[in-house]
Amino acid sequence: MAGRGHPVLWRLAQTIPVIAGVVVISFILTRALPGDPAVQFAGLAATPESIAQVREALGLDKPLIQQFLIYCGALLQGDLGRSVVTGQPVVTDLAMRLPASLELTLTALLLACLVAIPLGLLAAVHQGSWIDQLCRVVVTAGVSLPTFFTGILLIYVFYYLLGWAPSPLGRLDFIYFDPPRVTGFHLIDTLIDGDTETFFGALRQIALPAITLALFTLAPIARMTRAAMLGALSSDYIRTARAAGLSPSKVLFGYAFRNALLPVVTTLGMVFSFVLGANVLVEKVFAWPGIGSYAVEALVQSDYAAVQGFVLAMALLFVLLNLLIDLSYALIDPRIGFSAK
Amino acid sequence: MSSLDRRAFLASAASAGILPFLRILPAEAQARDTLVTVFGQTINSLDLHRVGTNRASYQVAINCYDRLVGFGAKQLPTGEMSYDYDTIVPELAESWTISDDGLTITFKLKPDATFWDGTKVTAEDVKWSFDRAVLAGGFPTTQMRAGGFFRPDQFEAIDEETFVVRLDYPSKLSLPNLAVPVPFIINSKVAKANATGDDPWAMEYLHMNPAGSGAYKVARWDQGQQLVYERNDAWVGGELPAIRRVIVREVPSAATRRALVERGDVQISMDIPDRDAAELADRLTVHSTPIENCMHCLCLNSKFGPFQDANVRKAVAYAVPYEAIFESAAYGRGAKLWGGPEEIDDIAWPRPFPYDTNLDTARDYLAQSGYPDGFEVTLSISLDLVDWMEPTALLIQEALGRIGITVTVDRIPGANWRTVALVDKSLDLHLENFGGWLNTPCYYFFWAYQKDRLFNSSAYESEAVHELTERTLHMAMDDPEYAPLIKEMFAHVIEDLPRIPLYQPALNVAMNGAGGYEFWFHRQLDVRPLNGGEA
Repeated sequence: MAGRGHPVLWRLAQTIPVIAGVVVISFILTRALPGDPAVQFAGLAATPESIAQVREALGLDKPLIQQFLIYCGALLQGDLGRSVVTGQPVVTDLAMRLPASLELTLTALLLACLVAIPLGLLAAVHQGSWIDQLCRVVVTAGVSLPTFFTGILLIYVFYYLLGWAPSPLGRLDFIYFDPPRVTGFHLIDTLIDGDTETFFGALRQIALPAITLALFTLAPIARMTRAAMLGALSSDYIRTARAAGLSPSKVLFGYAFRNALLPVVTTLGMVFSFVLGANVLVEKVFAWPGIGSYAVEALVQSDYAAVQGFVLAMALLFVLLNLLIDLSYALIDPRIGFSAK
Repeated sequence: MSSLDRRAFLASAASAGILPFLRILPAEAQARDTLVTVFGQTINSLDLHRVGTNRASYQVAINCYDRLVGFGAKQLPTGEMSYDYDTIVPELAESWTISDDGLTITFKLKPDATFWDGTKVTAEDVKWSFDRAVLAGGFPTTQMRAGGFFRPDQFEAIDEETFVVRLDYPSKLSLPNLAVPVPFIINSKVAKANATGDDPWAMEYLHMNPAGSGAYKVARWDQGQQLVYERNDAWVGGELPAIRRVIVREVPSAATRRALVERGDVQISMDIPDRDAAELADRLTVHSTPIENCMHCLCLNSKFGPFQDANVRKAVAYAVPYEAIFESAAYGRGAKLWGGPEEIDDIAWPRPFPYDTNLDTARDYLAQSGYPDGFEVTLSISLDLVDWMEPTALLIQEALGRIGITVTVDRIPGANWRTVALVDKSLDLHLENFGGWLNTPCYYFFWAYQKDRLFNSSAYESEAVHELTERTLHMAMDDPEYAPLIKEMFAHVIEDLPRIPLYQPALNVAMNGAGGYEFWFHRQLDVRPLNGGEA
């Protein structure tokens, strides 16, 4: 096991060309997009003269290759540039908004797993029973209801009609102060601060958006759990285990579930990636100050540095995520080792 | 029920002593000196002069900074309150005199005016702030020029309380242009202390840290989430506001904003869609004010062959289904701009053009044109403005189809819209929504009808209109020559039809537990006149 650090480093080294590619492509793509930032940022009333002034101020009058070199130079020093829209360094913007999105996404995924995995498991064990039908209904409904619709529906019922949920005003109601920042996750930071009042305030705010996202994400997880469990339960080694007289719970959890977990983890990784990108609609409905709405705003306004920074941050995140998933494979299934690669 | 729950919850939270915002809330909840407002945009800077500052951020310049002068208030015929373009009132200036030749304006500053840090507002601060506005480049510089302010040497601080503006030519737009959001007065001592060699105007600092003398200070700003205004009790710019604290929350989804204001958890929802305004009007207080000097137009580009034919333009003007557009795109909010009288007997603008939907007349005009069998054309709309542009475009597409003009609707992404529509002026047929800040017809003509101007997206070129606009732009409105010249301008564009007015849009604001709303040309919420009343 002494060599385990080395393959991980090797995996990390492999991602360098990927990141370099992302840097180049995101730079070229933002420039290729329609829209002229100088016109966009020249304000309400503009003249050809004022547009030229803005173009110069943004450094967009320089040749493309020079702009790219300036960008790369800054990047090497960890500077992602400055967003014109927010007037702040992109790094600061991302550090503010990424935790909000991650907190929402992770809470939703946790919630989805808590429901979807037992549901899929039971559906597979009792195939064709009412619980299997329930699983089918939940999966179909979850996939077919768009998130913004579920979000508005939940607001209508639980906030507008019943008054159980707090005002859908983002991460915290305006009566609270943000907790001292440690992780950027309000749910964790409030606990570190020992401020349970604000913790429950944050919990109340995150409930509806997290449920909205969870309803959407539990479908693929439940489906995959069910399918993987069915596959595992009908395999030879389970028949052997049962014939050997192992207890049903040992067979189910020790052998079938553990083997079924691999595709489930893969699905989780995929779901996480697309939810982090796709929850912009949920963010809009719940006024959640997340990374999705930031990216869309930046795109609409041709804010080059912000778009590039977002793409790069996402690429890094996914590289990290894939690494974590690969590592977890090795934990779940000892036959998959890094040394094999 | 909900407000009771909320109050109980707030009270318990406040008594726990952990919510610094709330220490005074139980008393407040009765007197209501805190208002919560929501809107769909985002405030991206606290400094209007910065490059990239968006329209929603102008409210900070309005509420937190003072200008030398402001506009008064008036009641519209509909009963709504509005700012009054024709009345200039003191803000930081106590009085002013205009020289006989109209070239020198001398302002006396209020002797007791102070910035938030307690230092006196001096003419030197005004000079620094105006220099900044004319030299910053981009939008503030362009807007300053509209009033005849081009260079720092036009501004002089005579002594601590006397400030002089020298104009190259007398203009009726000069004084009103000092009351728009742009020429706001900054605490130059604070700004200079935070300026650097690369950043002589302290753009970096003022972006995050306003330094003004206005009615409200920024208590906190969480970018992308909320801005909290807190009253400046030492304000001398006008009557002290009734509301101590105003919380502005950003909620992108219109459906969510509607639920919040309907439930009464927020008191003001700014700039709500026409549809919500129509539906909420009988349940809440909804203010719908036609936006001054603004029109939603169908623009016919002069570079496009068929539109060079006057008969084609008339045919289009008679084919447009005005009533249906007004009902389905604007939900009847705003003002009609069609079916007006032939005779031009006043200088009101926007005004109804003398065209109405009549497909027979439209067909006659098309038959007389060089394109009796019709033609094909692309109608372009902006994806950022689909709310009204999409239904309007579909109705126009259908109507023009009936007289033989085949229309394809093209939706252009918001980022690209300004470039292709306004700068390149390359869209043959498109919708446009320009509104002028300074409320005179000649100012609208300057931006939308004069050759090569940004909002002249029809690429309209008329020597006569260009000349008339030049002559009237700075002329006093009570000059006996003014009205006849303006009427002549109207006659030209009504005949030439580069822009076919559809309707005058409304700015809609829903209120639930607040009063005192005033409409402003800049379409932002001026929180200063608000109160917690029901009116």
